[in-house]
Amino acid sequence: MTQTADRAGSGERDPAQLVEMSWDPITRIIGNLGIYTKIDFANREVVECHSTSSLFRGYSVFMKGKDPRDAGFITSRICGICGDNHTTCSNYAQQMAYGIKPPMLAEHIVNLGEAAEYMFDHTIFQDNMVFVDFCEAMVKATNPGVLARAERTPAPRGDIHGYRTIADIMRAFNPFEGAMYKEALKASRLTREMFCKMEGRHVHPSTMYPGGVGTIATPSTFTDYLSRLMNVLDFIKKSVAMNDDVFDFFYEALPGYEEVGRRRILLGCWGAFQNAEVCDYRYASMNEWGKAMFVTPGIIVDGELVTNKLVDINLGMRILLGSSFYEDWVNEDPFVTHDPLGNPVDMRHPWNQTTVPVPQKREFDGKYSWVMSPRWYHKETDRHLALDTGGGPLARLWSTALNGLVDTPYVKATGHSVRITLPKSEQLPETTLEWKIPQWSNTIERDRARPYFVAYAAAMALEFVEKAMALVRAGELKVFENFEVPDEAIGCGFHEAVRGVLSHHLVIKDKKIANYHPYPPTPWNASPRDSYGNPGPYEDAVQGQPIFEENGPDDFKGVDIMRTVRSFDPCLPCGVHMYLGKGTTRTTVHSPIYGAGGHG
Amino acid sequence: MTIQSGTTTDDSREPAKAEQRDGFDEIHILWISEGMSCDGDTVSLTAAGQPSIEDVVLGLVPGLPKVHLYNKVLSPTMGGEDFLAPFRAAARGDLAPFILVIEGSIPNQNIIAGEGFWTSFGNDPETGQPLTLNWWIDQLAPRAWAIVAAGTCAAYGGIHAMAGNPTGSMGLSDYLGWDFKTQGALPVVNVPGCPIQPENFMETLVWVLYHAAGAAPPPPLDHMLRPQWLFGKTVHEGCDRAAYYEQADFAKDYNAPKCQVKVGCWGPVVNCNVPKRGWMAGIGGCPNVGGICIGCTMPGFPDAFMPFMDEPTGGALSSLLIKPYGAFIRRLRGITSIAVNREAKWHHNEPALTSGYDPYWRP
Repeated sequence: MTQTADRAGSGERDPAQLVEMSWDPITRIIGNLGIYTKIDFANREVVECHSTSSLFRGYSVFMKGKDPRDAGFITSRICGICGDNHTTCSNYAQQMAYGIKPPMLAEHIVNLGEAAEYMFDHTIFQDNMVFVDFCEAMVKATNPGVLARAERTPAPRGDIHGYRTIADIMRAFNPFEGAMYKEALKASRLTREMFCKMEGRHVHPSTMYPGGVGTIATPSTFTDYLSRLMNVLDFIKKSVAMNDDVFDFFYEALPGYEEVGRRRILLGCWGAFQNAEVCDYRYASMNEWGKAMFVTPGIIVDGELVTNKLVDINLGMRILLGSSFYEDWVNEDPFVTHDPLGNPVDMRHPWNQTTVPVPQKREFDGKYSWVMSPRWYHKETDRHLALDTGGGPLARLWSTALNGLVDTPYVKATGHSVRITLPKSEQLPETTLEWKIPQWSNTIERDRARPYFVAYAAAMALEFVEKAMALVRAGELKVFENFEVPDEAIGCGFHEAVRGVLSHHLVIKDKKIANYHPYPPTPWNASPRDSYGNPGPYEDAVQGQPIFEENGPDDFKGVDIMRTVRSFDPCLPCGVHMYLGKGTTRTTVHSPIYGAGGHG
Repeated sequence: MTIQSGTTTDDSREPAKAEQRDGFDEIHILWISEGMSCDGDTVSLTAAGQPSIEDVVLGLVPGLPKVHLYNKVLSPTMGGEDFLAPFRAAARGDLAPFILVIEGSIPNQNIIAGEGFWTSFGNDPETGQPLTLNWWIDQLAPRAWAIVAAGTCAAYGGIHAMAGNPTGSMGLSDYLGWDFKTQGALPVVNVPGCPIQPENFMETLVWVLYHAAGAAPPPPLDHMLRPQWLFGKTVHEGCDRAAYYEQADFAKDYNAPKCQVKVGCWGPVVNCNVPKRGWMAGIGGCPNVGGICIGCTMPGFPDAFMPFMDEPTGGALSSLLIKPYGAFIRRLRGITSIAVNREAKWHHNEPALTSGYDPYWRP
């Protein structure tokens, strides 16, 4: 069941000393997540990992029969940190179903809102949740040797962020006390104010509609946004420098740390920031407007771009079972047999999914999760790929860089990197940051990509503000296009939520929702083993990863494991929005097989 | 007593002190977001600047007890037992006083046959079985000094209690009983909103904390247990588009910055202060910035308000009734507007002063 490349440096092994360790609930993430592992302390390696969640609300159940126009308002409530991504994606799907294209200014406003969402969410998650795992207090408790070294190590980018040593940076992230921790909370407020200027309120937007927005588009709206954006630029530039310093230090201080959370490069990105000049929301032209997006869609396998066509991406989606508490729906009637281009649509595709929950006991060697297993079917190799999103930013930057299509005054994709130019700000000069495709898809690179994507979103926001202002100055103030709800239609929305790929699949019958399935990034990342035995990305990334923590089993904190899980930016309300379940049941865990390595 | 400038006060007398408080010096906040929730209320809370959560945690608000906050999203712990420890201590009766905050609606366990459950929070260390949210509420609610329901889900069931839902979800008071009283003799304090308006929540929490310090009476709540000073007025009463309503000038789609009552706004009948207060730091909102009010603070949310983008039934009648008055008034105001947009005729650069000034004027 391997999808992961063999890890380097296995060599001689000591007799296993296996200890079961679990963390349930996981803190500093959104939603309910439990991680259950077996750790071989003799060989300092995680042997097995299962991820599970215990909350069911049932969106696709209670959305049936409702007015399709309500979908954006309802699906926002799937998630308290990225709800606006759902509204945006739902409106994309509805616009396809209703056959409408919103006015250009509305598209810029949506892009500006979503850019602010990325800036807010990545900041609060990176600095107030993820970085607590890298802060002085945590490193002292888990790797005192590393902290001692950090005290002696000068910070290479101190001229940008002002901190003298790596340990000084780590201290700045101590929760509630550290300067950067507190500054990040303030930055997350400033960026949310920017968001509210565009989408009304956070996180469930008030001014977003299928067909456009209700936002009052006056010069003040954009001036208010731009002034705040300029005020946050110093923070962003410093943030990137501080993150680079700490992450480079970890590779240096702990040789082999690149193996933590490493998995095969299997990345998915569904594209973000619609290009209003190209996008008409028609399925037939979806490949064209998909490629014109300002974050380019793509599926990347082992460093190669497999496709950047949204039609291919759509048709390859498969929702597998295997370890999930459901009855299969293959014998139900399909909702959509062919897409609007005449291509056959698989029965395991979200358009055809029917959720039949079967509550049962949790057995880690059987069924153990309410999360299903989304996979992407790769025709050429006949494999169902367990794509991950790298927490979102890693896949977005990777796909955009490889595609080499984005070319704007502030952001340019080169084929191997993304260049991001931020103008002069109060303290720091104009700065060009270059994110280069990394060697590995691992914990550190997932985390490193996050502040770079904040810079990316800020840079694109500058472009969208300029375009919006130009329309306003030209008197083109229309932000909403009227429409009729058809009797029968289908639609699909593709967007990048903060944490990665997001799709909404909608089927309308008799002007009502007949089927609605949102697939956010977390079901991809947090999925359990599928019917082919492939573990989900969290499990795959944690299994076989080395342990660098200095503590033994008695006072073990599991920081390396938690760093890996958090590097994916878990968001479990998104993960289990559609699953009917009774949650977790602790089982007697079977004896682990030594040397299985979890990858089989 | 007034103190006049230059006079000396009686040095032997000490200045008046605040009354001796009969409250707590320290209090724990146990926050469980494992209801049928999206964690949006916790996230929203971090948007508040008046005061901010770090102000409260760091003791920067004068007169509050020292606060120990246990919230999953903000917890410095790794999770698991480290995080659960204070919750377990409180359930045993070893941690007091505490304020219990519940986020998310409460599912109905009674509709499940067998050992299933809708949502859980940690495992039972004895049996290894997951502990349901309902179990935790049963343990903690009777021991809590105060209980706060954060968000419409916890208060009234909210979106997850929508028609057709499979979980039988409800609000906290539906679960505990509407006449439930805590150890601190308080009813459940409901702070509805989807999500909570950040400052509404922090303000309510701060009031409860002042009350815990012995410095304030219990928060004044209405019959649905909402803070009166926050939810006593309707959206419409604080909406800056209400003037368009009075003039019967209604938006026909979402392009117009006019009153949106005919395109789905329920503001006239919804208890919420967002248009008046803004979403955060006075920024953003709902109908005041072009977003129809979908009634997300209300016990009837969402079913009473769907389909959201249709005109509310009552809106059709009242907007029809106001039409003749509004149209007439609008015309009159148009005429007056012409007059008041004119400057007085003595504003000129001629050699003679024509303002009416007379240096020798006497009454």
